[in-house]
Amino acid sequence: MPEATDILNALVLMTNFVFVPALAYGSQLALGALGVTLVFGILRFANFAHGDLMAFGTTIVILMTWGLQAQGITAGPVPTALIALVPAILVTAIAAILIDRSVFGFYRKRRAAPVVLVIASVGVMFMLSAIVRFIMGTDDRRFSDGERFIIRAREFREMTGLDEGLAIQTTQALTVGVAIVTVTALFVFLRRSRTGKAMRAYSDNEDLALLSGINPDRVVLITWIIAAALATIAGALYGLDKSFKPFTYFQLLLPIFAAAILGGIGQPIGAVVGGYIVAFSEVMMTYAYKRFATYLVPETWAPEGLLQFLGTDYKFAVSFIILVVVLLIRPTGIFRGAVIK
Amino acid sequence: MTDTTVETAAEATSADTDKPVHAIVERKASPWRAPLAFLAMGLALVATGWFQSPAVALTILNMSLVSAIMAMGLNLQWGYAGLFNAGVMGFTALGGATAVVISHPPVMEALGAGGRELALSALIAVAIIATVMFIASATRGRFRSFLIFVTVIAGYIALRPVFGAAVGAVEAVDPARTGFIGGLGLPITLSWVAGGVVAAGVAWIIGKVALGLRTDYLAIATLGISEIVVSVLKNEDWLVRGVKNVTGLPRPVPYEIDLQQQAWFSDLVEQVYAGRLAAITDAAAREDALRRFIVEGSGHFVKIAYAGLFTIVLLILLALCVRALNSPWGRMMRAIRDNEEAAAAMGKDITRRHLQIFILGSAIIGIAGAMMTTLDGQFTPGTYNPLRFTFLIWVMVIVGGSGNNLGAVLGGFVIWFTWVQAEPAGAFIIEQITRDMDPSTPLYQHLQDIAAPFRLFVMGFVLLLFLRFSPKGILPEKVRHS
Repeated sequence: MPEATDILNALVLMTNFVFVPALAYGSQLALGALGVTLVFGILRFANFAHGDLMAFGTTIVILMTWGLQAQGITAGPVPTALIALVPAILVTAIAAILIDRSVFGFYRKRRAAPVVLVIASVGVMFMLSAIVRFIMGTDDRRFSDGERFIIRAREFREMTGLDEGLAIQTTQALTVGVAIVTVTALFVFLRRSRTGKAMRAYSDNEDLALLSGINPDRVVLITWIIAAALATIAGALYGLDKSFKPFTYFQLLLPIFAAAILGGIGQPIGAVVGGYIVAFSEVMMTYAYKRFATYLVPETWAPEGLLQFLGTDYKFAVSFIILVVVLLIRPTGIFRGAVIK
Repeated sequence: MTDTTVETAAEATSADTDKPVHAIVERKASPWRAPLAFLAMGLALVATGWFQSPAVALTILNMSLVSAIMAMGLNLQWGYAGLFNAGVMGFTALGGATAVVISHPPVMEALGAGGRELALSALIAVAIIATVMFIASATRGRFRSFLIFVTVIAGYIALRPVFGAAVGAVEAVDPARTGFIGGLGLPITLSWVAGGVVAAGVAWIIGKVALGLRTDYLAIATLGISEIVVSVLKNEDWLVRGVKNVTGLPRPVPYEIDLQQQAWFSDLVEQVYAGRLAAITDAAAREDALRRFIVEGSGHFVKIAYAGLFTIVLLILLALCVRALNSPWGRMMRAIRDNEEAAAAMGKDITRRHLQIFILGSAIIGIAGAMMTTLDGQFTPGTYNPLRFTFLIWVMVIVGGSGNNLGAVLGGFVIWFTWVQAEPAGAFIIEQITRDMDPSTPLYQHLQDIAAPFRLFVMGFVLLLFLRFSPKGILPEKVRHS
């Protein structure tokens, strides 16, 4: 039988390397998937440009952060980017509305097939990714400042006397906190406010909503503002947690779509649940359980390999397998999203 | 439910004026349109040869030929059948990997070190698949899922150590130079066919899983698959060396250095450049110039030889595609694309036809992928990126004219040309802007890096322009009413 301290050590190890990172990553994915699912629910197309919209939003956040830092304004222990978020959301929302006016609106007015809008979103993706690279270049950029850790691994070890340390970065805690606030605000908005109700009605049945006198232009406008806000927040949090690199934002598209489809596309609650499921599966499948196992099993059983299901380079495969399984077993997703032919 | 209403509404309005991509063309396009467009493209290449250099023009020409084949494959899927394949990159990479496996000489030490274990792993993998297939056909319901789950887990546990040992042994063999099993050492042109076959096989698996999904879902699924294919090729070093790259693949055309030694080649160069050589009076200088022309000419000759080979492949595939499109089969595919319900009511098996055309299109893309690796002489999995290898091909098809084979070919040429030339154009614009700036300022240095992403901007802009103002592309789909 493993001793109590061993079990505690194993639990701390899991918390440090699986639970905390997955929770933060899941929050970022949830926010991204919310944006995709809202656009799909209201505008009825899969927006391939969402990853690059996130990158664009983050770019503006970084510029604003630099501006604030140059003015000598910082947010103390938390990253300055948190203050920069507010104006950056505004800029990104304006950009999203301009894109809709100049590109997507045209096809919506003609009631073009959804796939035409998908192709248009590919065009937008190209241009947005170019603009982001114009401003930021293609390298990794870190823009986090303030206190790096809430708990350091060493402090934790000294505090508890355990062998394993637990480190929680400020950005990780911040990510979860901001995500909770954002998601709650969004749900209250969708459930309680008149506009939110109009949006849900429009998403459920467009024709009926139009007959009830809901202004479609207003619904679309609000959708883009919310999508841009979500994209900016998700992108900035991801960038704070890891680092900002334009191409990785494009690659986030896959787990985000997987999360949205898993939860049921067009269902906000599904996007959140899907985001966490995808993140936890990804981290848990690519984590090497060797040290975890050595705490729990007798020494003679100690495993030889790393006990890793998949190399970390295959994390895309995890999102993809989830995607395929959902599409095959329950194509409407967990929360009965849009009907799939 | 809402989605179907949107789509029916779209079809209802499209009948009169404009359904952007798959429209029915009422007015006949001018018969001169295609020849003129190709002539203009040819002139643009000639101008490149004249103003930049013949080498640049020939390089563009070769990649244009490959791109045109990729675009033709995608056009088969999208233009004929309306399948949104966002995984072009995956099939291209598969073709490239096949080129390595076919043409690279086998690495005997590696095979000796890990060959037995690799063969055993393959055997175990086949056994797992066979068992799963047997269970799937012989049992039902919950019990079936349970058995499959158990088999897969047990198989994984059995496979992992054997395969791990094999990989370890293979990758340990001289990792700086080889560290992989090598290939079959066959002529590389054979890999063009093999690349198509491999891509077709993978497309069959993907099609079985993903076809029958809604268009956007198919797009997302294929996008994911292509990422996985590339990450497998990047990480499984024992197979094609991963990101360590395989260079120096054998060529189907002669090497420059050999050409320069050949008497017939120097005679040829002398004849071609006779006029320019005669103008030089000094004998030593003339000899010198001839030497230079031979070196320069050998490079051009190799490129022209590639262009000749690629043109032959392109013409064969084009002829096949045109015949297919005009056959009863092509008519059926268009009928399915334009109205699935009606085609199904006429007794057409939609899923099977979709699978068929998905496989055919992917095979063509695989062929092009193998050709591209042949042209490069190396396989570099790290360079596969969806913007360049998937969405750029999409721009080619949309701009060229989806549903029209010649359009796809033209799109391949026009868009590749634009893609290559956008970078110097961007550099030129930056140069004009920064002419009066102080080179030591950070802004100046930052602006110097902008030229590369400029081409992404141009591509997005071109795609959006065409989608909006000329959704049928440069050469629209021809629809005959009989």
